[in-house]
Amino acid sequence: MSARWAVVIFPGSNCDRDFVRALRDVLRVEVVEVWHKDSVPEAIDCIAIPGGFSYGDYLRAGALAAMSPVMASVRTHAERGTLVIGVCNGFQVLCEAGLLPGVLTKNDTLRFRCHDVYLRSELNGGPFAGTGLPQGEVLRLPIAHGFGNYYVPPEQRDAIERHVAFRYCDPLGDVSRRANPNGSVDNIAGVTNAAGNVLGMMPHPERAVEALLGGTDGLRILQAMQDWVAGVRAG
Amino acid sequence: MIRNNEKATTGQGTRGILVTTRIEITPAIVEEHGLTPAEYAYLLEVLGREPTIAELGVFSVMWSEHCSYKHSRPHLATLPTKGPAVLHGPGENAGAVDLGEGWACVFKVESHNHPSAVEPYEGAATGVGGILRDIFAMGARPIALLDALRFGPPDEARNAWIIRGVVHGIADYGNCVGVPVIGGEFSIDPCYTDNCLVNVMAIGVARHEELMTARAEGVGNLLVYYGNATGRDGIHGATFASAELTEDSAEDRPCVQVGDPFMEKKILEATIELIASGRIVALQDMGAAGLTCSSTEMADKGGLGLRMNLDKVPQRAANLTAYELLLSESQERMLAVVRPEDLPLVARILRKWDLDACVVGETTDTGRFVVEHHGTVEANIPLPAICTHVPKPEPVQAAPAALDVRDWTTVDFAAIEWNGLLLAALSSPHFASKRWIYEQYDHQVQTNTVVRPGAGAGVLRIAGWSGLLASTIDGNGLWCMLDPYEGTRCVTAEAARNLVACGARPLAATNNLNFGSPRKPAGSWQFAEAVRGLGDACRALGTPITGGNVSFYNESPRMAVFPTPVVGMVGVIDDPSRLTPATFRNEGDVVVLLGPAATHAGGSRILRDLTGDLVGPAVRIDLAMEKRVQEHVLRLVGDGVLTAATDIADGGLLMALAEMALGSDGGLGCEIDLAADEAPAAALLSEQPSRFVVTCTPGDVESLLALSRDAGVRAVPLGTVRGGVFSIGGVLSLTVYELYEAWEKPL
Repeated sequence: MSARWAVVIFPGSNCDRDFVRALRDVLRVEVVEVWHKDSVPEAIDCIAIPGGFSYGDYLRAGALAAMSPVMASVRTHAERGTLVIGVCNGFQVLCEAGLLPGVLTKNDTLRFRCHDVYLRSELNGGPFAGTGLPQGEVLRLPIAHGFGNYYVPPEQRDAIERHVAFRYCDPLGDVSRRANPNGSVDNIAGVTNAAGNVLGMMPHPERAVEALLGGTDGLRILQAMQDWVAGVRAG
Repeated sequence: MIRNNEKATTGQGTRGILVTTRIEITPAIVEEHGLTPAEYAYLLEVLGREPTIAELGVFSVMWSEHCSYKHSRPHLATLPTKGPAVLHGPGENAGAVDLGEGWACVFKVESHNHPSAVEPYEGAATGVGGILRDIFAMGARPIALLDALRFGPPDEARNAWIIRGVVHGIADYGNCVGVPVIGGEFSIDPCYTDNCLVNVMAIGVARHEELMTARAEGVGNLLVYYGNATGRDGIHGATFASAELTEDSAEDRPCVQVGDPFMEKKILEATIELIASGRIVALQDMGAAGLTCSSTEMADKGGLGLRMNLDKVPQRAANLTAYELLLSESQERMLAVVRPEDLPLVARILRKWDLDACVVGETTDTGRFVVEHHGTVEANIPLPAICTHVPKPEPVQAAPAALDVRDWTTVDFAAIEWNGLLLAALSSPHFASKRWIYEQYDHQVQTNTVVRPGAGAGVLRIAGWSGLLASTIDGNGLWCMLDPYEGTRCVTAEAARNLVACGARPLAATNNLNFGSPRKPAGSWQFAEAVRGLGDACRALGTPITGGNVSFYNESPRMAVFPTPVVGMVGVIDDPSRLTPATFRNEGDVVVLLGPAATHAGGSRILRDLTGDLVGPAVRIDLAMEKRVQEHVLRLVGDGVLTAATDIADGGLLMALAEMALGSDGGLGCEIDLAADEAPAAALLSEQPSRFVVTCTPGDVESLLALSRDAGVRAVPLGTVRGGVFSIGGVLSLTVYELYEAWEKPL
């Protein structure tokens, strides 16, 4: 049986429909859309927090969304082990909500950047990689953000090192300064929580699920989540 | 928006004044409102009494060029607006065409030239907001933006500031609302130094049955206002400088509005939900002349009247007068006509998006626009007088502009070193890579973008529809300065050629006509000639005009812009597998030129930049030949003969070849040989129309040549696609890497 997904929608979300389409039309799974004033239903296996400009990104990117009613239920789910993936603004929301370490600040180029990047997967199995996405594998995914510069204070770097999910790299997998599009510390493009069931990432897997639009590497992450849920169910 | 308001361009101040109703209307006030004595006499005749100051303001904006099209209407009436695909032509918020399978494409272009010249960031941002509202007011979800931008040379600091601000403003607004910018053009010429041109085209899609109109129906229906509250921003450029009108507390009033893309996103989603509910009678956004224009146009189209109570208008400034409330151009505001029994449901949908439904008036059967404020009737005007029976301006004696044109043969081509010429052109802001611009735009949100910006037309898929939608926006002020009639014909053909090159059948067009003053002989003549050319070309190419925008007064005391009609066009790729790239694909492919031989290099952008002169003669077009070549290319695409295709436009064959190399994956270039009897200057730089560069595999060359012969289209093999090298026999020899280095310099 396939996983049951929830996509959370804030006013100002603008990748919500893209996420729903990737799940419903490409992955062909069951999806419920959850409005920010509601709660994520109990019987949900995976939660996606999509990109966009929740609440206009007023105050700070993701800061207001982190306080919204729906996030209480996301937190409960996260503590219970439900898989949560936050992409772009969703990553910012998860950091602001304290479900992930660190913060995302303005790109060091001081500009919004929209283009494809290469990512090296640092995941060693687990819900977002499984067996289909080996450690060290290089993915090509699009980015589109003005605030993707990931920062954690030096004293926390060792602690999060084990939880780095993806790093910006060149096409051959070399993690270089040149490959870093926004100034993120240690080229970090995505991290998980300590328990490993909450992932935040700036690049957009939901935009890379169809060859017609330029690539399908995003499917590998979403499919891993599907497979993980199926595996847990199978016991 | 004040784009067509001469006051805005002549730089009169916009001091804020609290206008009371007890103002005596003096000839000076009438003149400040842009009304001629004859127009004012007509106003008195219509009203049968002196107007209140609020009424004077209403007449002033409704009779302005922007709302009434009084100078342009007689010309625009000659444009072809009908065709089998046209669902809604000019007169609605935007045009709509049938894509097949029940889908409609809604599209329009608008300018925000004057605000962008004053405050580039907000000017451009609010321009994006305005055109998006035109699209969703039609019931369509906006799915793409294209921008046509023209500036003075960026080596002048003020121009560089305007360029950066405009790009940043478009990016911030479009990115936040979540509409991808999928294409556009960026052009530099000294003539745009005092008046930049910022034209933005928006495209939306809807099911046929979801399309909405702006025609009110039914007496006693409610006018429901939602979105931002009303402030003093963007009030008509008319000013009150005389002492008796000024209060001591006069404050500066910004004439450029400030955008709020988050509010735009909320009213977009709310509007789409409202229309889906089936409870909206008519809908319009509050753009130019705000509450006045949106309400009166909907009522007049339905042959109705209106009663409005300004006390009910949400306000974000204290002590707004009726004059200010009626004329404010605060952004992100919508006005819907709703039956009384549907109000609760409409209010519930709006509340979901944290928006209030404010009932500000109702429709009547009086045919009059009656406005109350604080218990006083501030306006009582017969609607036809402000909407349809607009006074005609005194005709301007049109006369051609006096031009100082240099003939192309006087350029010293023997002194040209072609390697250096190409590298210099590639690193000039006009031709250099636009990556620094489009990477600031989220061009993939909504996950429909099949062809990303940077090469030729933008191409989108639409989920649930079997075709692909191609779109382009094109202008060329230089061609049109040399000859506005021929230039506009060539621009229109170029837009169609851009679509054809990617394999799309051109469907319909929209336009933005950027000109100087229509009250001057040259401006009046240029405009008339351009519209005549636009109509001719659209008729010949079978692309009706579904809407458009006119921007006059793009001039300062020291210069006017080149006449710059900009044409936006949409087309359909019926079979997605026939989508054809604009860049070299395979080493060894044969490069073929399709179309007539070049005879001169007049109108060349490269020669203009090289000499600083207006280099002629003008480019001219044989529209029958153009149509024949386009149909031939579509046939070749359909037969699967072509591996790539691009059209020849600014920069000539030289730039077409360079761009095919620069956009390729893996640094593919070409080895080209010109015919021995051909002079390189005309062959490489000519911008004459009706020409494509295409590639095919060596095995297909014979059939390509035979098919071309049969179609009566000249086809000349030029050479071969080669890895890494870019050489034109006996003229220039470079590596693709050298081209890339010159081209990829960010501004």
